[in-house]
Amino acid sequence: MSPPPSSDAGLSPAELAAKHGLTVSGARPGLAEYVRQLWGRRHFILAFSQAKLTAQYSQAKLGQLWQVVTPLLNALVYFLIFGLIIGANRGMGTEIYVPFLVTGIFVFTFTQTSVMSGVRSISGNLGLVRALHFPRASLPISFSLQQLQQLLFSMVVLIAIVMAFGSYPSLSWLLVIPALALQFVFNTGLAMIMARLGAKTPDLAQLMPFIMRTWLYASGVMFSIPLMLKDKPAWIADLLLYNPAAVYMDLIRFALIDGYGSEYLPQHVWATALAWAIIFGVGGFVYFWKAEERYGRG
Amino acid sequence: MADDTDNRHEARVPTVIADELHIVYRVNGGSGGRGSATAALNRILRRDKGASRGMREVHAVRGVSFTAYRGEAIGLIGTNGSGKSTLLRAIAGLLPAESGRVYTNGQPSLLGVNAALMNDLTGERNVMLGGLAMGMSREQIRDRYQGIVDFSGINEKGDFITLPMRTYSSGMAARLRFSIAAAKDHDVLMIDEALATGDRPFQIRSEERIRELRKEAGTVFLVSHSSKSIRDTCDRVLWLEKGELLMDGPTDEVIKAYEKETGK
Repeated sequence: MSPPPSSDAGLSPAELAAKHGLTVSGARPGLAEYVRQLWGRRHFILAFSQAKLTAQYSQAKLGQLWQVVTPLLNALVYFLIFGLIIGANRGMGTEIYVPFLVTGIFVFTFTQTSVMSGVRSISGNLGLVRALHFPRASLPISFSLQQLQQLLFSMVVLIAIVMAFGSYPSLSWLLVIPALALQFVFNTGLAMIMARLGAKTPDLAQLMPFIMRTWLYASGVMFSIPLMLKDKPAWIADLLLYNPAAVYMDLIRFALIDGYGSEYLPQHVWATALAWAIIFGVGGFVYFWKAEERYGRG
Repeated sequence: MADDTDNRHEARVPTVIADELHIVYRVNGGSGGRGSATAALNRILRRDKGASRGMREVHAVRGVSFTAYRGEAIGLIGTNGSGKSTLLRAIAGLLPAESGRVYTNGQPSLLGVNAALMNDLTGERNVMLGGLAMGMSREQIRDRYQGIVDFSGINEKGDFITLPMRTYSSGMAARLRFSIAAAKDHDVLMIDEALATGDRPFQIRSEERIRELRKEAGTVFLVSHSSKSIRDTCDRVLWLEKGELLMDGPTDEVIKAYEKETGK
């Protein structure tokens, strides 16, 4: 087919497009423009995450009650195994160990589910990606936001448990807010990295449960890292303590549990938490954006 | 292009330009039915590049070039699997091109919102979600909400809009989806078949709505197997076969050739 008419005749398609101000369809916008588009979609991102959350239990008889019951059952199972059978408390009294364990599980689950849904956020929503136009980062962000809302339900359970074991509301509880905010940024960044990887290699979704479980055991969810690794070289404990999952978990434990003081925290813990959030939040976002125009090829 | 011989040239503004466009799908695990675990392992170990590693390529659009102008309504015809829908998605910028380019004026949009809706949510929430997914603002959706519900006719038989979509009959769900999708105005509008959903009164309403959308949109693309609806709405037709552009010209000429070829 030859390019068309008179005054435009002889122009190549690219020249014709330039002459009339046409732009390449599906080209990746600049980073600033991308952020602007994403901000414009904030209502969609929020509505999508809430819709996913509601849809999750809409067929169950107990309905949204499961939002609270599921984390409670989870906590119970871990307490039975690690608290009663294995005895991983290592010198921590029950009144500290139970809230310690439950906080760890809920906070780690927040990261875990964000990563798992991040992996599938593009590859599992190809229909949406191929039908409508929106900055693709909306999807991993929306899924992380869904997990954040899920966590807020868990926090209700958590607060009840913490108070049942003798830690009462105090000013330090307010520290939960910045800690969770930083963790959310970290999770979202990680979810965006996983989303890009998962879009290229859907097999990751099969592999991730194993990686996440390894991370779970290495982060001291059921035991205190310093107490458990007393006899090992110090650098191993340090390595584990400064990993992002352990940092966020410890911050929230420190904020909520009375008997869990700053002696359990590694040094510069807030700076570490902030650094992880910035590195992964910004890095993950840029990494995801770099492949923006390629999502959708299945 | 046969229809470029008149004297309206100076006024014609291109809205979509496709330049030697190629689209390739990559499909995992589609290779020759050798789906067993040992076969997969074997393929990984052998490490030959690309196609043989359990990855098959489907070359859906092969070197298509055309220019569409403002005010045109363009029909796409071709047998099943000839690449019509893929071409539309590429124009919309939803499928990355293997090589070649598509230039567009503004953001072309596909008429369709199905993928954003969730069966477990009420019709009400789906209207909101679908509208947001298409890029409408919350105020716009609120303004048009009643219009969307009335147009779909969902509430003609009781208060169904507050029930989850999974309780709808397939016709009702299709009507609601179309109503949501058609609620937005577009620069370049692309419509992919399946207009003939719902009962007779709804079909008449949707045809009217499509005509309205055509008036508001700069350029309209319509994929359809029905020669009648193409003749009714389009003045230019592209005929695709096996991903190649066989013919591009005025509706009558192309449809005649197509019908002769397919033996209708």
